[in-house]
Amino acid sequence: MENVGVCDEFVNLKATELRLGLPGTEDGGEAEKQKISCGRSNKRALPETEKDIESTGKTETASPPKAQIVGWPPVRSYRKNNIQTKKNESEGQGMYVKVSMDGAPYLRKIDLTVYKQYSELMKSLENMFKFSVGEYFEREGYKGSDFVPTYEDKDGDWMLVGDVPWEMFVSSCKRLRIMKGSEAKGLGCSV
Amino acid sequence: MNYFPDEVIEHIFDFIASHKDRNSISLVSKSWHKIERCSRKRVFIGNCYAINPERLIERFPSLRSLTLKGKPHFADFNLVPHEWGGFVHPWIVALAKARVGLEELRLKRMVVSDESLELLSRSFASFKSLVLVSCEGFTTDGLASVAANCRHLCELDLQENEIEDHRGQWLNCFPESSTALTSLNFSCLKGETNLAALERLVARSPNLESLKVNRAVPLDALTRLLSCAPQLVDLGVGSYENEPDQESFVKLMDAIKKCTSLRSLSGFSEVAPLCLTAFYPICQNLTSLNLSYAAEIQGNHLIRFIQFCKRLQRLWILDSIGDKGLEVVASTCKELQELRVFPSDLHDEEDNDTAVTEIGLVAISAGCPKLHSILYFCKQMTNAALITVAKNCPNFIRFRLCILEPNKPDHTTSQSLDEGFGAIVQACKGLRRLSVSGLLTDKVFLYIGMYAEQLEMLSIAFAGDTDKGMLYVLNGCKKMRKLEIRDSPFGNAALLADVDKYRTMRSLWMSSCEVTLGGCKRLARNAPWLNVEIINENENNDLMMERNEEDEREKVDRLYLYRTVVGARKDAPPCVTIL
Repeated sequence: MENVGVCDEFVNLKATELRLGLPGTEDGGEAEKQKISCGRSNKRALPETEKDIESTGKTETASPPKAQIVGWPPVRSYRKNNIQTKKNESEGQGMYVKVSMDGAPYLRKIDLTVYKQYSELMKSLENMFKFSVGEYFEREGYKGSDFVPTYEDKDGDWMLVGDVPWEMFVSSCKRLRIMKGSEAKGLGCSV
Repeated sequence: MNYFPDEVIEHIFDFIASHKDRNSISLVSKSWHKIERCSRKRVFIGNCYAINPERLIERFPSLRSLTLKGKPHFADFNLVPHEWGGFVHPWIVALAKARVGLEELRLKRMVVSDESLELLSRSFASFKSLVLVSCEGFTTDGLASVAANCRHLCELDLQENEIEDHRGQWLNCFPESSTALTSLNFSCLKGETNLAALERLVARSPNLESLKVNRAVPLDALTRLLSCAPQLVDLGVGSYENEPDQESFVKLMDAIKKCTSLRSLSGFSEVAPLCLTAFYPICQNLTSLNLSYAAEIQGNHLIRFIQFCKRLQRLWILDSIGDKGLEVVASTCKELQELRVFPSDLHDEEDNDTAVTEIGLVAISAGCPKLHSILYFCKQMTNAALITVAKNCPNFIRFRLCILEPNKPDHTTSQSLDEGFGAIVQACKGLRRLSVSGLLTDKVFLYIGMYAEQLEMLSIAFAGDTDKGMLYVLNGCKKMRKLEIRDSPFGNAALLADVDKYRTMRSLWMSSCEVTLGGCKRLARNAPWLNVEIINENENNDLMMERNEEDEREKVDRLYLYRTVVGARKDAPPCVTIL
């Protein structure tokens, strides 16, 4: 059996040394930066705030920037979504988002809070722009039409309408775009 | 005992209910193993990938009740990709094929499909009870199959699941002959409810003890439901944002007065203060109260309500109750055993004076001698407070403290909270579950390893300095079963120090720590009885593996390892690599 105690490329015994230095000094600093930059994957922390955290360091206690760390605070998504919905509903003035359709001369605006589910929204859009959106399938997207409803979410990504629960959609949708034609095919159909 | 015929021994075993005890019995001798396994009715599987359904059925042919847990706990906080796994379908297929007489299925954090529910409903003639907690992947169509086909259904309990609501008529699918319901909980459904169908169902279910409706059941419907089910013990109400008119209010209160068996109240995703007062008549009987979804109620209304609830044993509430409110709880609820205080403001946006602090926690610990479980979200904490809490409440079994801001020190001394948590583990000799937060060094883990002898589950976030921290825990906590760590500087040295330790644990989760691919690979080589899963959401893992053949110093984003007797699972998605 390999002697795990041997210092090698994987097992850094220095890391297990008990040192009495304050966190943030010497080697500790490197580890702190790694820890605080919250990983390299996307959507870990909002890009603008990542830099802020790196510079303030671990011992900063006076109101740090409110970065949104993934999965923090540890509250179940179900509960988080519930509170989110509440906040949106209590906004009162409705959630107006712009709707554009490829080929249409001007945009429209609709209030998302007026609808309770996707089918209502779709019907309203179909009426507004005089088109048909086809049927939604979880895997393949929308089939049976050249038109595909998409939306821009909080992160700036273009998403297919219908994938996430309705409440999550309402709270993250910034604008709608009804794509048409070959561009639509790429997004709306199965890979 | 060896001189008794098998039937007698089996009869004696019938009195042993706890899973742990039955597992112990099966280890005594070959004959006891056989008798035990053939007579075992209830099985609990804490990790659905630790074993497969075929082996389960082979060992326990008389299985009646199965509990399965799928995704790791941190999946609750979006740290596990959606497609990770935890599918119940193969289990149902295998159980159906083997004609197991399944009566009860309880699932937590699993992926359930309508197809699974349909198959379930058609395969088990005696099926009685379905409990789904934090599951996803199904719609109300699946519920309709269960309602329609499970002739003997007594319990349908849906807790905090993500269910796509097709607003179909699933409630209508309960046949007229269905009168056996004892428990119905559909509070997590987001859509509208067929009120007429619901009322008819409740009216023909004389044994109904637990009813939890969803937001879409209005006040007058609730009144009618209560009128035909005054025997209810457990009630979950809907959403009532508008004040009722005088007549409705009186009718509601009259109906509630008749519910003298009511002991547990929940729901209230929205409740106008006057509505809440309609429940005053039964407050003194309540042992369990969950107002943690009522984000709009102000503290003073909550306090007034709770003042009547002298018999409360379990309270789930939002931090809008404030420290003052917790002081009222402490002086009113002397029977309190479990308290959960959830955050009402998740992004720290508002300057919230009414959130809770260490003051509330200390008050509770001083006023409630029977308190043994707490989950407490707060903005600040001090060592002094924790030390006082430990002195007041040495009986904690579960202690979960979440200070909203990571790495926050004791706000009066600016020191770490090592001493405070140290006091907790030293005083609470029966502590089984612990979540730590705030500024913490390796020292807190030294204390945990030294004192927390009964600790089975530990959650760590943004804590510790070096591998020594994790080692203290792994070496010291002999009863550790689930260890979950995020954003802490623990690496390969800690991970690899004692591989055999993982034989005694159900699972280990480490995300955004210092473990590297090389370390994980070595662990997987040394422990073939472990599934070592690397989860990387961004890239196709095959590409990652190729690229990093030379660079095994690459840090692992998320590591999830668990013991298993059936090897690597076959249903892992591309973002998961099993080493």
